[in-house]
Amino acid sequence: MKRRDFLKLAGAASLAGCASTPPSKGRVVVIGGGFGGATAAKYIRLWDPAIEVVLVERESAFTSCPISNMVLGGYASFADLAHSYDGLRRHGVRVVQDEALAVDPAKKTVRLHRGGEIAYERLVVSPGIDFLFEEIEGYQQAMNEGRVLHAWKAGPQTQALRRQLEGMRDGGVYVLSMSLAPFRCPPGPYERASVIAAYFKQHKPRSKVILLDENPDVVSKGPLFKRAWAELYKGVLEYRSNSKVVGVDGRTGTVRLEFDTLKGDVLNIIPPSRASDIAVQAGLITHNRRWCDVDWRTMESKAVKGVHVLGDATLSAAAMPKSGSMANNHAKIAAAAVVELLNGRAPAPMKILNTCYSFVSQKEAIRVSSVHEWDGKTLTPVKGAGGVSAARSEAEATFAWNWARSIWADSLG
Amino acid sequence: MILRILITAALACAAPAAAAQDAGARNLAAGCAICHGTEGRAVTRDVTTLAGIPPDHLAKQLRDFRDGKRPATVMHQIAKGYTDAQIDALAAWFAAQKR
Repeated sequence: MKRRDFLKLAGAASLAGCASTPPSKGRVVVIGGGFGGATAAKYIRLWDPAIEVVLVERESAFTSCPISNMVLGGYASFADLAHSYDGLRRHGVRVVQDEALAVDPAKKTVRLHRGGEIAYERLVVSPGIDFLFEEIEGYQQAMNEGRVLHAWKAGPQTQALRRQLEGMRDGGVYVLSMSLAPFRCPPGPYERASVIAAYFKQHKPRSKVILLDENPDVVSKGPLFKRAWAELYKGVLEYRSNSKVVGVDGRTGTVRLEFDTLKGDVLNIIPPSRASDIAVQAGLITHNRRWCDVDWRTMESKAVKGVHVLGDATLSAAAMPKSGSMANNHAKIAAAAVVELLNGRAPAPMKILNTCYSFVSQKEAIRVSSVHEWDGKTLTPVKGAGGVSAARSEAEATFAWNWARSIWADSLG
Repeated sequence: MILRILITAALACAAPAAAAQDAGARNLAAGCAICHGTEGRAVTRDVTTLAGIPPDHLAKQLRDFRDGKRPATVMHQIAKGYTDAQIDALAAWFAAQKR
């Protein structure tokens, strides 16, 4: 679409809305339709329908990372993960399926792959992550050949990994590894190892999960995961800490660690990650060439004025996980700030919360929660609040499913 | 005619302007939506709809969770994150939402 056509369309849309809404107070462009971007787009419209919101998203539908480990175990279907953007459209968000290639913060424009340029008053970037494939020798080639997967962005790799697990012989070895924290979804790898161990125990009892963790210990819900492994998966799941993967050979199924090598039938190596390419291009990355620091009162980038950054791409505040719940809450901070700024008022800091469930089997789950408030400098966990489940339980699994359905609806519905 | 349209538009503006006054409570309540639904309207049967609950009742439940008087799987940990004033603000805001 040419810019002229785009503006014409945008004009038509705002004319159509004229009968019930005052003239637009400005356009907000949101890049990325994950938990962060979708929630920001919805809540800006919810809290001030006079603000025009354009969401730019590469994919035609949302695919949820939460619950995707259950798809790998065969305990949920891939269709459960997919959600339409029609809910956002009903809030008056213009959803544009396109890829944002560049941001010009001086001109306040976003350049799209197909759609020309869009001008914005404020920009929200919820870019998610990309991987540092080059840090693992042989990774790119092995991935291109389909012999190693990360499946750390829900989508085709989730389906491919499930097929590999189903196709694996009984007695085979599934190798899962992840890099040092911080990474997307801190309990995610431990949940994945657990759920796949449950699948093996039921369907391929001679098979084994080897979890290679570069971290010195389990970084989230440690005692609860370790208790589940000891009680449910003895002989099925082997956990190795301080295990950094440095190379992979897909043809021989070899995973090379710093001081050791091992072989696997299914290789699920999750490389180190950073804020995704558009964050790099837009100059939003401030730390370690990986993450984007923000003002936690508004989510405004510390590097680029007028741009709010959300979700996993942010340089996490203290004890703040890179989770869907957090991205949804970041989005509400940004939405409130954008609404206040475009109405000529000063944004106020917000209190936000995280709740995150992990399945440890097909029917039991565990949880972690925290509340975060502004302390004058950053968001920090409220002392005495939050915590983890008393024990793994079927009740928590029911709540986990309720959490997923609720946050999907809150972010997209 | 044009004047009348402008007046109608101005009146339509009044609602968001009024809403801005309790943005503090609205923002505080927004976090709850990840489980309790947008504006406190739950989307699953197992989760309590907070919208439209009488404010005294909701405030008491939150204090009981916080003080350990009402057993819970998660709310006892979350309620500890809020002051008395915040609990009252949350309760008042949810009470004013349509069920």
